[in-house]
Formats: sequence, structure tokens, C-alpha cells
Amino acid sequence: MGALLEINNLNVHFALADGDVHAVKDASLVINEGECLGVVGESGSGKSQLFLAAFGLLAANGRAAGSVRYRGEEILGASPQRLNRLRGGAVTMIFQDPLTSLTPHMKVGAQITEALMVHRNIPRTAARQKAREMLDYVRIPESARRLNQYPHELSGGMRQRVMIAMATITGPDLIIADEPTTALDVTVQAQILEILRALKTDRKTAIAMVSHDMGVIAGLADRVQVMRFGQIVESGTADEIFYAPKADYTRMLLDAIPKANETPAPAGAIGTPLLTVDDLKVSFPVKDGLFGKTRQLRAVDGISFTLHQGETLGVVGESGCGKSTLARAVLQLLPKTGGRVVWLGRDLDAATGSDIRKLREDFQIVFQDPLASLDPRMPVGVSIAEPLKSLESQLSRQALRERVRTMMQRVGLDPAWINRYPHELSGGQNQRVGLARAMIVGPKMLVCDEAVSALDVSIQAQIVELIRDLQAQSQLALIFISHDLSVVRRLSHRVMVLYLGRVVELAPSAALYTDPHHPYTRALLSAVLSPDPRAERAKKRELLTGDLPSPLDPRAQLTFLKSRQNEPDYRPKLEQIAPNHWVAEHD
Amino acid sequence: MMAYALRRLLGAIPTLFVIVTLAFFMMRAAPGGPFDSERRLPPEVERNVKAAYNLDKPLAQQYLIYLGKLAHGDLGPSYKNKDFTVAQLIGTGLPVSARLGLSAMALALLLGTFLGVNAALKQNRWQDYSVMGTAMLGITIPTFVTAPILTLIFGIYGISLFGHEFSLPVGGWNGGALANMVLPVTVLALPQTAIVARLMRGSMVEVLRANYIRTARAKGLSVPHIVLGHALRAAALPLVSYLGPALAAILTGSLVVEQIFGLPGIGRYFVQGALNRDYTLVMGVVICYAALIILLNFVADILIAFLDPRIRLS
Amino acid sequence: MIATGQTLKAVEEVKGRSLWVDARRRLFQNRAAMTSIVILALIALLALLAPLLSPFAYDEVNYDIIACAPNWWPAEASCRAAGHIFGTDAVGRDLFVRVLFGARVSLAVGLVATLVSLVIGVMYGATAGYLGGRADTLMMRLVDVLYSLPFVFFVIILMVIFDRNFILLFVAIGAVEWLTMARIVRGQTLSIKQKEFIEAARAGGVSPLAIITRHIIPNVVGPVMVYVTLTVPGVILTESFLSFLGLGIQEPLTSWGVLISDGADQMETAPWMLLFPASFMAVTLFCFNFVGDGLRDALDPKDR
Repeated sequence: MGALLEINNLNVHFALADGDVHAVKDASLVINEGECLGVVGESGSGKSQLFLAAFGLLAANGRAAGSVRYRGEEILGASPQRLNRLRGGAVTMIFQDPLTSLTPHMKVGAQITEALMVHRNIPRTAARQKAREMLDYVRIPESARRLNQYPHELSGGMRQRVMIAMATITGPDLIIADEPTTALDVTVQAQILEILRALKTDRKTAIAMVSHDMGVIAGLADRVQVMRFGQIVESGTADEIFYAPKADYTRMLLDAIPKANETPAPAGAIGTPLLTVDDLKVSFPVKDGLFGKTRQLRAVDGISFTLHQGETLGVVGESGCGKSTLARAVLQLLPKTGGRVVWLGRDLDAATGSDIRKLREDFQIVFQDPLASLDPRMPVGVSIAEPLKSLESQLSRQALRERVRTMMQRVGLDPAWINRYPHELSGGQNQRVGLARAMIVGPKMLVCDEAVSALDVSIQAQIVELIRDLQAQSQLALIFISHDLSVVRRLSHRVMVLYLGRVVELAPSAALYTDPHHPYTRALLSAVLSPDPRAERAKKRELLTGDLPSPLDPRAQLTFLKSRQNEPDYRPKLEQIAPNHWVAEHD
Repeated sequence: MMAYALRRLLGAIPTLFVIVTLAFFMMRAAPGGPFDSERRLPPEVERNVKAAYNLDKPLAQQYLIYLGKLAHGDLGPSYKNKDFTVAQLIGTGLPVSARLGLSAMALALLLGTFLGVNAALKQNRWQDYSVMGTAMLGITIPTFVTAPILTLIFGIYGISLFGHEFSLPVGGWNGGALANMVLPVTVLALPQTAIVARLMRGSMVEVLRANYIRTARAKGLSVPHIVLGHALRAAALPLVSYLGPALAAILTGSLVVEQIFGLPGIGRYFVQGALNRDYTLVMGVVICYAALIILLNFVADILIAFLDPRIRLS
Repeated sequence: MIATGQTLKAVEEVKGRSLWVDARRRLFQNRAAMTSIVILALIALLALLAPLLSPFAYDEVNYDIIACAPNWWPAEASCRAAGHIFGTDAVGRDLFVRVLFGARVSLAVGLVATLVSLVIGVMYGATAGYLGGRADTLMMRLVDVLYSLPFVFFVIILMVIFDRNFILLFVAIGAVEWLTMARIVRGQTLSIKQKEFIEAARAGGVSPLAIITRHIIPNVVGPVMVYVTLTVPGVILTESFLSFLGLGIQEPLTSWGVLISDGADQMETAPWMLLFPASFMAVTLFCFNFVGDGLRDALDPKDR
């Protein structure tokens, strides 16, 4: 097995409007035939730029220097013709966001056959046949029909399979996968990784797997390189890196990942019930076609639960399950179409607009994207003070600033930064600002809507700890929404699993993770990746077939209850199978 | 697709209606009638003439009568050129203006696209700067300045090329002879060429930054293949949206160009009619122009749906 | 994070670097834009001081020196006029002072008409963007429809009806440009409205009015400013177009458009009559374009 790709002392610079950025510093690596190299790093590590630069795909303001050899031939700075012969033929790439990475106005079939016709000189009909076979290989149903569809007509998972088909059809020696599953749901990610694994074993294709997710790397890589701030910090076999890491940074990364066998749920006194949600429904009208009738998208389709003081309820589910809509409807940020929300014994239907405004002191929310949830033109001190200013308008400016400084200290921010702007702070620091803003009015309940999902793993752990502390200090009731089961585990007393707007399982944390009943919960748990290569290799996977159905499809609710499919309006009922453990009916 | 086209077509009709109504009431609101500037007629004759032109009826009724005639394609007689109906006048002028306008459009679109795409491909290099610099000139110098300058250079002084003396006629239509068309079409097309070039450059630069272009490059496709197969179609979208306003701008510009080069198009009729308060003529011309633009907008909408499957299928 | 023993008040607060400061720095680094600002300021100054800079009045007719070149004119000229640095026009008026007066009028039309279009456009666009839904769709369809109409024709009709009223000229030209302004304002309002920090403000109990004034308006100002700078040249061009057709500024007032159209007639025999006003107008338009582009790049830098 020879070396396919040899990179030596690669340096990449970008000339930006505000200065020069040294994105990749002196990086060297080797990929051998048939092996999978994992390149792991957080944002800003340069892992993607490394491969883009190696194959001449940098943006116009980027410069690369060093040596990149493919099968012994130097390709850095090679002529465009030489690079074009290589790219798409022997070396192919898969990118992160399949929606924007596929040409929107070209049919899927045309895009797949294009590479084949250019590189292997195969006539069109033969190429189409091969494309169809390829779609079958990546398990896309109805492959003939799909060839004539456009990218936006396919779901996210299917689009990524198309990208894989496109990258595999020319029979490449090396596939570079740049965060291929980051934008996908967890169960879909599991399916895509299965396909990549098969490529490695069936076709002996070498893979360069670039990811920030150690779990993804653990399940796939033979050897691993860890990158930080443009430099390769450590490299070795997968076993070496995961079981005996030498660099501090690697160790820190591994520690930050929530472990599968950790003790879940913080101990804490659980008090009186604060919030009762009863059969909540939220629907949106969606226009079907041009003159078509308006259909109802049932985002939340009958959810009930109670939340107590000091308790954390974890809400998990994939896209379209309605978890964000649920949160906003409970917080009165969205109108509901049915059911009741009762806060402290008071039915919120009867409350007027100004009543609700006053009640906002009681429940607050932290959003997913720390930068987008802050007004870029306001200093962070002003953003933090804003809810306090609106809800306790009698406070003087001095008093406000004092409260802001105190709050900043409490969330771990330097109060001297009170005049800084969001773009001057990092993602983690901005999320602390978001927390400060939510906590400053002293709420009784906090909703965290994917509050750590956009952060690097090392920062995630810090923010989760911070939330735990804040909860312990003020007996906060917490609704923690996430698609990431391992993060939810750390904080939650109880966990609620949602599927297409309904609850499929609700159980105490320990019970859910050790004894899941519903097939969807089991698939979710099976899809969770752990940074343990041996465990990952040995794992038996329970995969869902196909993609997540569309919420508009009325029969989608019965995916796990096929026996009742002739009753399209039937909703699987929640049954209690153990104290506090509820499961929706399923086959 | 058919449903989409139908909806667009239905949307066009009220637009035309609005224009007709606007034009009608605006002209009627003008002080003075079409006969004020001539010698005062004896009252009985004036009354008869007014009756013949329906000017003695209430305004609302005049409007309805006009609409009715319009539906039959009768634009009424010209108030000033009493030997002709408006339809006849437009009939002689429209072919001229149409040839002029459409040639200018075609030139602007083709040349502008070519220059803009080239500038985008050679971003920040001399091809880019020179095209954008010239485009700036084209936008800021009005047509009634470029017309005399170009006439002077190519018409009066002439240029010598390949040993031959070249000079273009400085005015007149001459039945639409090619030599007579060169200068007016060029002058008319210049500002729009500049705008199209800037538009295409900006749009192309945006598209070339897109993720799917990176995928195409990663597939090893050559630059011409990427530009023609992947980038151009997406980059053309803003251009197609601009077609309607472009035609409006060219028709506006034709007022000046027809004046300067002495071309017998309907632009000239419009200006004269406006100054003479020739109601029917002015309205006839406005309706004509508006119909052309609305038609083009409709074609543009269809074209956009054709170019972007996301619109077509939503 | 804080050393023990320090009180919170004693800690020196770090000054933040706001986005406006960043944008200003980028603008100052843009040489084309800065040069343009200087030139525009110069032209504005000249226009204001016009009567002081020349011994002649702008309407002072002198039939002895009609269409005479300035003394320093390098080419052939049938007559030369001493003391007239730009020469004279077809009835012997000093061209220099007329160009400066033309500057006054053209710049005034440019700024006032742009202001008119700004006011109409902002009100219309902000309302449509804020209301959203059906109202917004309807309002924008109207804009789409009006956008492709030959608006200038209606302006012409208006000018004819109301007999070339000076004020009306401003309003009419402004009315031509408000459409794009409305589109931009509405687009910005819509995109800001959907941003997460607006939802965060609502969740924080901020009243709708406070959201508009504190969050939406400051974020809309930037692109609007850019577009305003880019609208002025278009307005000046429209005015010159109308003047050429005889429907714009009337005698004895003058604007660059009038001067240019007069000069174009005399181009062969008295090219200076065209050259000076045309250069002034072209330079001014260029400068506005450079400043507009510079503002756009400063506020929203993308690697050009």
C-alpha cells in the first residue's frame, strides 16, 4: 500500500480587507491507499482550507506554499489542466452543505453524469445507466425518477447521498469528505456514515474525513490528525489518539465530550409544578402549489407535560419534530392553535398582551446562534440591560449598569467588556452574554433552544456547566432543547423525545438511556457516536430506513404504527409502561 | 408552469388598465384644450367641434367612451393632425421606433453580458477595471452629449480605416438603412450596455463565490464549462428581471435620440403631442409604450421561471 | 476573571469598537472615495460662492462677444473674450459664472429630489416591510408594476400640465426614484425583522415601538445611506434630460442640463460651451458614484 497523498509544510494565507490571515501553518500529512485519515479540529483550525489548498480550490484571495504530492507527482501550483484531470476523477470531494453545493438549476442526473462523461469519456446513455446504479448503491429509492429531479426537490439526506454518488461514480482513489454530516440530522448522519464505511471496505477507497466531531472520526478513521489554529497538534493511529492522547489539546477535546456512561442528571430538589402544558397544538397554513389549496402544517400536534421548580426537562428530536415551535408557543412568542398553557396556576389564554409582557420576567429564552441573537450595533452591556430596562423601567442608569456588571461576572464575563460589541467576542463569550441577558430579570424558567449546538465542543462543556451552576443557584426550571442526546443527558432529570410534533417517549433520564422502548428512541440512541473507536467498530446499529417523512404528510405519524395505516387521522396514544415512563403506541 | 404563466398574464391586464386611466385623467386635468392656441372659433362652431370629439360630455362618460373605442382598437383621431387618426400616426412611427429600440436592446444585452462576464472572470485585473471604468462613463454621460460627439467623430470628420474613408450619415432614417441606424442605435444602447455590464459583473462575481461552483471545480470541469453550464444561468436571473426597466429606459432615451437624429418615430410625436396638448395622440403613444413594456415583463417572468426551477415548481 | 480585592467600579472599562467605527476606518482607507468627497465639497463651495467669484452676472447679456472662446483657448476660434475664463455663450453671457449657477441648480435638484424620494420610499418601504404578509405583497406588487412603466413620460405630462413649475420639478423627479428606495428599505426591514435578535428583544419584553426605534432603524440606515448617495447622480441626469427636451429649468435660470444641451448645439463652432458644463457634471456624477460605492464597501465589506 503506497502513499497516495503526501503534504509537506503546507502554508496557506488569506488576504482579507482587514489584514492577512495565516490559516494553515506548516502542515504535513500522508494518506495511504485504502486508509481513512481523520482530520479533527474546531472552528478556525484550518482543516478544510488544508485540503482545498492542496487541490487548488482556494478562494481568489488565498495563497498556498509548500509541497503537495499525489502519487509522487507535485501538484501544488500545477497547471489548471493537470488539476482538472485529477479533480473529479482520481480525487473527489464531498462538501458540508448539500443544498448549496449542488447546482440548483441542473437535474441531479445531469450533475452526476457530468463528471463521468468528462473524465472517463463515456457516452451519455451509458453514463446515465451508471448514474442510476450509483443512486441504487447509495440507497436512494426510485432512482430512475430521481435522476430527473432538481436538488431542492430532495431532502437533505438524499442530497448528500447524491453528492456521494457524484464523488464515487468515477471510481476515485481518494475521497475528501469535508464535514459531510454536520448539516444533517443524527439518524441521517448514521446512514451516511454507513455508506462511507461501505465505500472503504467494498471499494478500497481512501477517505480523508474532516470533522469537528470526534465521534464521527472514531467510527471511521484508521489514523487521525488533530489540528488547532492552523497547526497539526498531534497525529497517530485512531487507537493512539483516543486511548492515549499525548497533546494537552487532544486531551482537552476528549474530556469535553459528554461520555456515554456518565452519571446523568444532577441531583437537586424538585419543587412545585410551575408550568403545565395540555395538548398543545400549533399549525401553520402552507400553500400547496400555485392555485392549490392551503394545507395545515402541524408543527406541534398535541403535546402535554408538566415542569417543576428546579427540574430540567430535556427535549430531543430531529428537524421537523416541532421542538423549537413548542418552546416559542409556550413562551407566547408564537400563537397556538389549540390546547392550554398554564403558568403558576394561571391559564395564559386569559392573559392580555400587557399581562404577558409583565410575565416575561418569569420565563426567558436563550437562542442557538449567539451572534445572530445579539443586535450587532449595540454594545453587549446594552443588550444585557435591555430586558431589565423594559420590565423594570424605574431603575436608574447607574443601577442598571451595576446589575449588568454583576450579571456579567456571574456568567464568567469580564465586566470591563461592558462596552464591547458582539463581533469582538467569540461564540462562547457571546452565548454567555445571551445567558446574562436571559437571567438578569431573575426568571423562574429558562428555555435553552439548542443553546450549545453552534459552539465548539470545548466551549459546549463550559456553557453546560455554567447553566448547571445557574440552575443550582436559583432553583431554575429548565427546558433544554437539543438534537444532541449526549449533551441533554448531562443536564436533564427527565427527557422527552419528539417525532413530527408528538411525544413518542417521556421518561426519567436514566431510564431513557438504559431502557428505551420506542423504536425511534432506539434509533436515535443508536446513532449517537462515542469517541471510542473499538466500541464504534463493534457497535450494532439500529438504522432507520429512508429519510424523515415530511410533516405535511398526514400518514407520517403512523410510521411506527403501520398496523393502523388505514386510519390516516389516528394518533398513537401515550401509554404508561412504568412509573413516570410513557411511550407512544408502536408496532 | 402553465398556471404560473396564466397568473402572470392576468396580472398584466390591470396594469394596462391603470395606465390608461392615469393617462386619461392626467391629460384632461391639464388646463386648456386642444383648440386654445388656434384662432378663436365662433361659439356655435366650437360647440359642434367639441360635440364631434365628445368633449362636451361629462368626464366620466368621455372615459367610458374612450375605453369602449380602445377595446375595438380605435385610438381616436389626432386632435392636431386632423387628417390622420392616432392609430395611423402610430402605425407609421412605431416600426421605426421599434426597430431602433429593439436593436439597441439587443446590442446592450449582448455586449453588456459579454463585457460583464469577462470583467467578473478577470476580477480586479485590467480587464475588470477598464470595463467598469468605461461603464461608469456610459452611465454618467447623457445621450444628448454622446450623440453630438459621436456624430462629430464618425459623421462629420469621418475616420479612415484600412485605407478607406468612412463616414456615417448624420441624420434621417432613409427607410432604415443600416448606415443610418448605426449611430442612433449605438448612442441609445450605450447607457444600457453600461448598466447591463455592471449588473452582470456583480451577479457573476456573486455566483462564482457559491458553493456549487466550488463543487463544479472539484469535479475537474474546465472554466468555460463551468461558466456556460453552471454559472451563467444563475447569474442571468437579475438581468432578466432588469429587462422591463431596460426597455423603459430605452424608450425614454429614444425621445432624445429621435429628436437629435431626426428619426420619424413615435417619440417625436409624443413630445410634440405633449406640448400641443394633443390628448389622443399622447395617450395613444403612452398606451403603446406601456403595452410593449408589459409584454416584455411578461416574457421576462416566463424566462425567469424557465431559468430557475425553484420558482417553476413552487 | 477579576482579581480578588478589586471593586467592580474601579475596573477600567474597555471601549468597544462599534461597527460604525470600523466602517469609517474602511472608508478613510478608500482613496477614490475620499478624493471624491473632497472634490464634491470643492464644487459645492464654488457653487455657493458663485456670485463672489466672478465680476459678471449670470444673466448679463452682451451681444459684442457672443460665442467667444476664452483667451487661453489652444485651438482655432473665431473670437476671443478677455476676462471670461470659460468663454461666453450664444448671447454673450459669461460661461464660468453660468456653470457655477448651474451647479447650484443641479445640485439643489439632486439633493431635494433625492430627499423627496427618500421620504416617500422610506415610509412606503418601512410600512410594507413592517406589516408583512398580505399588505406587503400587495404594496410590492404595486411597486413592481410601477417599476417598469416609462415613468418619465408621466413626469413629462405633469410638467406640461402644470407649466414647468420649479417646485413641481423637484417633486416629480423625486417621484421617479422612490420605487427603488422603497424596495431597498422594505428588503432591509424584512430581513432585519426576521433576525433572531428581534425575537430576543420580544422575548425580553421590549415594546414594538422600542424594537423599531432601537433595533430596526439603526440597522436599516446603512444601506439607505448608500442608496441615497447613488440616487443623486440619477436625479441630476433626469433633470438634464428634461431640460434638453425643453421641459426642465426655464430661462433665465440655468442648470448643467440646459448648458449642456445649448452647448451640444454649438459643438462644432464653440466646443467650450459643451466642454465645461459637461466636465463639471461628469466629474460630479463620478464622485457621487465613487462615494456611494465606497460607502457600500465600508459598511458591508466583501473581498472585491
